[in-house]
Parts: sequence; C-alpha cells; structure tokens
Amino acid sequence: MSDIVRSLADIVGEKYVSDQKEEAFFYSRDPGLMPARKPDYVVLPKTAEEVQAIVRFANKEKIPVVPMGASLSLTGLAIPLRGGIVVDMKRMNRIISVNEKSRYAVVEGGTSQGALKSYLLKNYPRLRHSLPDAPPAATIAANVMIHGQGRLSQQHGFNSDMINGFEVILPSGEICPIGSGSMTSEWFTRGAPFPDLSGLFLGWCGSTGIITKVAVRLYPNKKMRDVEIFITDDEEIVPEVVYEITHTEMAEDVLIFTQPLPSVFKDNHHVSFYITGDTEEELEFKRKVIWRALDPFIKSNDGGFMSIPPGVKGSLMEMPQTSAARIADIKKGGGFEYSGPVVPVEWYPQCARKLVELAEKYDLAYSGMIRIIAGGHCMMYAFAFTFNRADADMVERTKKALEEVSDFALEIGGLYWKPNVDEQNMAIERMHPNTRDLMRMVKSNLDPNGIMNPGNWEVV
Amino acid sequence: MLEFNVNVCKNCPTSDCLVKCQYMDVDKDTAREQMVKIYNGEDSFVLHDCVTCYACEEYCRRGNHPFYLITERREEKDILTTPRAITNQWVNIGEPTGKDRLGDVKERVLSLGFMPELLQLVRGRLFEDVMPSYLFGNDFFCHVVFIHFAKPSVIRERLPLVIDKYRNLGVKEVICMHDECYGAFASLAPAYGIEVPFTPIHYYEYLYGRLQALSDDIKPLNITAAYQRPCSARLSADKQHYVRDIMELIGVDLVHREYEDENALCCGEVMGWLHGYDLKDDLQKRNIDDMVESGADYCFFNCNACQNALSEKVAKRGIKPVHMIDLCRMAIGEKTEMEV
Repeated sequence: MSDIVRSLADIVGEKYVSDQKEEAFFYSRDPGLMPARKPDYVVLPKTAEEVQAIVRFANKEKIPVVPMGASLSLTGLAIPLRGGIVVDMKRMNRIISVNEKSRYAVVEGGTSQGALKSYLLKNYPRLRHSLPDAPPAATIAANVMIHGQGRLSQQHGFNSDMINGFEVILPSGEICPIGSGSMTSEWFTRGAPFPDLSGLFLGWCGSTGIITKVAVRLYPNKKMRDVEIFITDDEEIVPEVVYEITHTEMAEDVLIFTQPLPSVFKDNHHVSFYITGDTEEELEFKRKVIWRALDPFIKSNDGGFMSIPPGVKGSLMEMPQTSAARIADIKKGGGFEYSGPVVPVEWYPQCARKLVELAEKYDLAYSGMIRIIAGGHCMMYAFAFTFNRADADMVERTKKALEEVSDFALEIGGLYWKPNVDEQNMAIERMHPNTRDLMRMVKSNLDPNGIMNPGNWEVV
Repeated sequence: MLEFNVNVCKNCPTSDCLVKCQYMDVDKDTAREQMVKIYNGEDSFVLHDCVTCYACEEYCRRGNHPFYLITERREEKDILTTPRAITNQWVNIGEPTGKDRLGDVKERVLSLGFMPELLQLVRGRLFEDVMPSYLFGNDFFCHVVFIHFAKPSVIRERLPLVIDKYRNLGVKEVICMHDECYGAFASLAPAYGIEVPFTPIHYYEYLYGRLQALSDDIKPLNITAAYQRPCSARLSADKQHYVRDIMELIGVDLVHREYEDENALCCGEVMGWLHGYDLKDDLQKRNIDDMVESGADYCFFNCNACQNALSEKVAKRGIKPVHMIDLCRMAIGEKTEMEV
C-alpha cells in the first residue's frame, strides 16, 4: 500500500479507497465518447469532514481532486483529465430533512434522484422535486452543478434555479454554507436578499468546490397528470406553438422531439406538454385552455393533436423517461450521445434543419430532444445521435457530427450545456475579455493550486 | 369510386344523406342541391364542413354512395380534412415495411390488420378453431382510414399490394377483426376493380357462430351495456344486426339509447384532429351522458381506436369499458384482461 493510499485510508477507511486497476478502469470513463483517463486513486467518503480531509490532503500534496456523482454527464466532466483522486460521493446519500411547509429538502451531496423521488412518494406524497430525465442513479448535487433540467424546468427554470442553497467544501478544505443556511439552521433561500454566492460554484463542474449538502426546492405534487402531443410538419411554427402554450401558464413540462424512427414520428415535430391537477375539473380546464390556444394552427391545417396510443402514452408518462435508452439501441451496440446547446426558442427552425443535415451528411440515426426552460426564455436543444459502439467508423462519424454541432452552436450564439473540455475552451475564447478575467480571478483565488477537477473551466 | 348515380340523388324524396347528418344543419332542398353541385365538381360547404363520420353512407337508403363522392371530390380539390402533419403521420404509419407477424397461417385466417391491441384479444375457446392462424402488421393494414383524410388515392395505391400479400399466402377465408378491413375487402376493393382472391368474413358473424357452437358453456352475464358504434361500422351496416344477436346470446341487456344504431355518435377522436377541443368534447360528453342516463353498467367497443379514446372517460363516469370480444369471453367463463 502506497503512502498516499495509506493516508486516504486513514481518512475514509481501507474499504473505501483503491488504487487498483479494476477501479481505475471503471472510473476512467463515462458512457459518452470522451477519451478515457485513469485516476490514480478512488475514494468514497461518508461525511463532509472526510471530504474536507481529502481535499486538505490533496492540496498539501498538489494532487488533482475530481468530484463524481454517478458520472452520467456523457461529456467527461468526471473523467480525471490529469489523474489524481476521484471522489465518488455515492456513500453520502442521506436525506437529511424535509421542510414540508416551506417546501424544501436537504440532502447529502451523493443522494440520487431516485432516492429522493421514492422518499417523497412514501413520506410526502404532496411534494415533488424537478426530476431530470436521467437514470435514477444520477445525483441531485451533480445535476444542480451542471445546470441540469427536469420535469419542472418549463415552470421554474434550470434545476440549479430550484435550490435554496448548499454546503460546499472549498479547495482549501474549508466548509462553507451558501444561502440562508449560512446564518440559520433553515434553508429557505439561496441568496436573496444577500449577495448570491452560489454562482461561484454552480456550473463550474466541481472545479471550485465539492457540494456535500444541497437544499432542493420542492413543489406541489398534483394527484393527476396527463400528456398531449401537438404535431406539425413545419419547423417554422414550432416557436409560435411553444409561445402559445407557455402563454397559457397551464403546462407543467413542455418537450419537443423530432426523429425519423419509428415511422409514426417521421417528418413531424412533436410538441408534448404535460398538465396536472388535483381534480378532474382542474386537469380538464388546463387541457381545454391549451387546446383552444392552439386552435388557429388546427384551423390553418398547420398542426394538430395526435392520438397517443396507450403504449406510447405509458412511456411518455414515465418519470424519468426511459425512451432515450430505447432510442440509444436503434443501431444496436448501445451508443448514444448528444450535444445540447441552450438557445432561444425562436432558433428552433435552424437547429432542426442542422440536425437533419448532419444526420444525412454522416449517415446517422438521430433524435432532436428539446426541453423548454422557464416559460420559454430558452430551450435546451439536444442534437442526439445513436451509434453502435462496436462499429469504429460509426463512432468516428458520430464524433465528427457532434464536433460540427459544437461549431454550429457557437456560430449561432448558443451556450453549450454541460460542455466537454474542448467546448469549455471554445466558450472561454469567445467570452467577453472582462468576463473571462473575472472567471480567472474567481478560480485562481478559490483554487490557487489548481487541484479541483483540473482541465475544466481553466481560464489561462 | 363506389358508384354515385346523380339521378338517384335528384329524385330522392328525403335527401337523408345530409338531412340526417348530425354535424351539419341542412334542409332537404339544400341537401339535394349541394350533392348535385358536388357531383358536378363544384365547390360546396359540405366539402369543407363534413367531419368524416361516414354515416351518410348508411343514411342513404337508395344505394348511392354520398360519402365516397364527397371524399373523392375533396381529394380532387386538395381540400384537407385534417392538418397536414396528422395526414402525413398516418401515411407514414401505413407504409408497408415487410415486418409482419404471422401465426401458423392456414387457408382460414384471422386478420388483425395493424391493431396491436387485437393480439391480446383473440384468445381462448372463441378462437380455438382458427388460431394460431393469424396475420398482423402494416403490410395487412387495409388503409380504409384514409377516407377520413380524403386520400382515397392512397387506398387505391396500397390496397392491391395488401391483397397481393394475402394472395401470396394462399388464404381462402379471412376473418376481419375490424369493420374497416371488412369494408376494404367486401366493398372498396370490388368497387375499385381489385380482385379479392378470398372470402372476407366480418368477425361479428364469426363470433356469433362460435358462440352458438359453445352455447352449452354460456352463462348469461345479466348485465346492462351500451354499445359504442364506430364510424367504420357504417361501411358494413348489414352486419350490425349481429350486435343484438350476440348480446341476446350472452345475456346482455343492450340498453336503449338516444345515440344508437343509425343515430350513433362517433368516439370523437377524429373530430379532435379536425376541429379541435370543443367539438370533440361536446360529442364525448353527450355520448357518455347518454350512456349514463340509459343505465348502462358496461360500455362495449368494437373498434380499438374508440376504446382508446373513450375507455378512461367512461370509466370515470362509473361505466366499465370492455371490448366486445371480452364480453363474449366472459360469457363462456373465461378470464379477461379486465378481470385478471
């Protein structure tokens, strides 16, 4: 056992540290296409104090530290680009408290989406959180960290907007509550009315600190839920359709998908929206208001509501949806990756055309998966391609298509969502110089030794 | 086109085709005048307002085919009945793929068309004399639905290919599990000059025969039920007596309703595509209110599309939704999906 492993074992216990090749292999990759890079060590802390000790030790030894949730970003955000210690947060999975009346839950930094969902269903059936369409193992803190989106994003913004603060371990090893939790024992606001310090950490992909506790906002969980799909063959009117739906303020989630397979989805754009209610009357009222808002498109024959077969409806009503997993295997071999720039909704037509252009150019199966955010201020447009992992040529074509998406997104002025390291560097280059300088100041002051997830958001 | 004789129409004493229409308010003189205009290739409000319920095919007692005339003229004039996206979606769904699902096909075969729900229904003793001889897949999709979309050209183009598939399998007797399939082979194909190399049998007729054969096993259900008659049943009006015959055999009291037989209301699904929320909602409310007022415990369906559209809604009003086949299976003591 090396000295470093011994020191880490002293912190977390021998069982929860490894420098063995099996663990190194497993922690060197995520399900996406980013090149693998092995860590030197893997640790699984159980407490914030252990995380503090790990970070202090790493700082002293100048060893990189890479925090990891479930490593499901697909863009390599938890791949240790410069080796070092991967800090797997999964053992910190406690749901610490729920404040029912103020509607928030405090959970540890490794708590999974699935754990909170099932806990709330069992103990607080009238409450829910914004569940992303990711596997249930995805962690809440990591999703917040990457500005994930979920089932309530159309109403309330990015999942990172739906928090009341967090506890973070700074690169120095200090523990720091952000939000009302910094002054009281209650987590009822993230920043306001004081300076909001959460931006020093959110979106930085663990390169400025490790979240050990997060206060997640909870929202009413209505008794009934349903979905409708409005379809059109004209991508130009999709932004107008979204505008009318969001104007009603009646929809919970609004998603768009476009894909050529199976044939029922060919040639059309599908705007699906969810409605909820505590009574049949409430649900039907919302349905009626939205249908009527879209009447002009029906009258002009530009779009209409499709009948949803029971099988398809079952899949759409799932939370999280598992349809992406099925799409991922269309080419067999289970490869699936997407680039999801965040762009204004009115850019839908050009994104839709680019997706088809790239799929044709590289001969790939595709899917456009779009989530409307915060009442239509923007959307995440996922250019998704599926490929056979055993087909090297197809993998290469997919990589090229995704690179073109990155170029396209930047060219039209979009912001990458959960950008890989190359995309981060492209974004940094494009930024206003003063913004870039401010980011550099933040990073160098918080992490002078550059140990936190190095390679990510490095402004040089 | 199924033949339309304008002289028959001109001399019609009732003009029931449009006068009885439940979606347009038309008097006798206007009805006749509009049908003649349509026949002559002129524009008519009927071409724009018809909701494609198919009922005029049945209202006309003189053997004319008003609905097919309306449909042909709409296509000639490029009048869309549904938004483009919906029409295209159905054109794509029905595109032959060669991905069929075949049972042990014999000369006598069940055709499930392209309705996957039917795969779950055709079980038990009612079907033991024919199963596992069955066909399923979009290559067996009859395409009659395209009269809703005023696209008879799609039927003319694809129906011969569908019939070729049957021909290649050497089937002699096809039990059609949906009215539209039966209508396709019994009336549309002959009208379009397409030879049908087998005998189509409506599944009502088949069910009735099987129930008679199993009559010793029938325990009357002693329930009251309302029948949701689908639009496609208008294409085989001569087979509708089997509904009452079958209900009588299995001890179901078919409730008397305002919206029954010729006066039946559509499930509303297609109306939503065409006209949005209000017409669909109005139809469904009136229809279900009528079922409730008639005292029905069950609502039974013939068409899976109607069942998908209305099941949840009738269940919320305290009426049990069930497919007609399941009712028959219940009567011979078999467990159905709704009971398991």
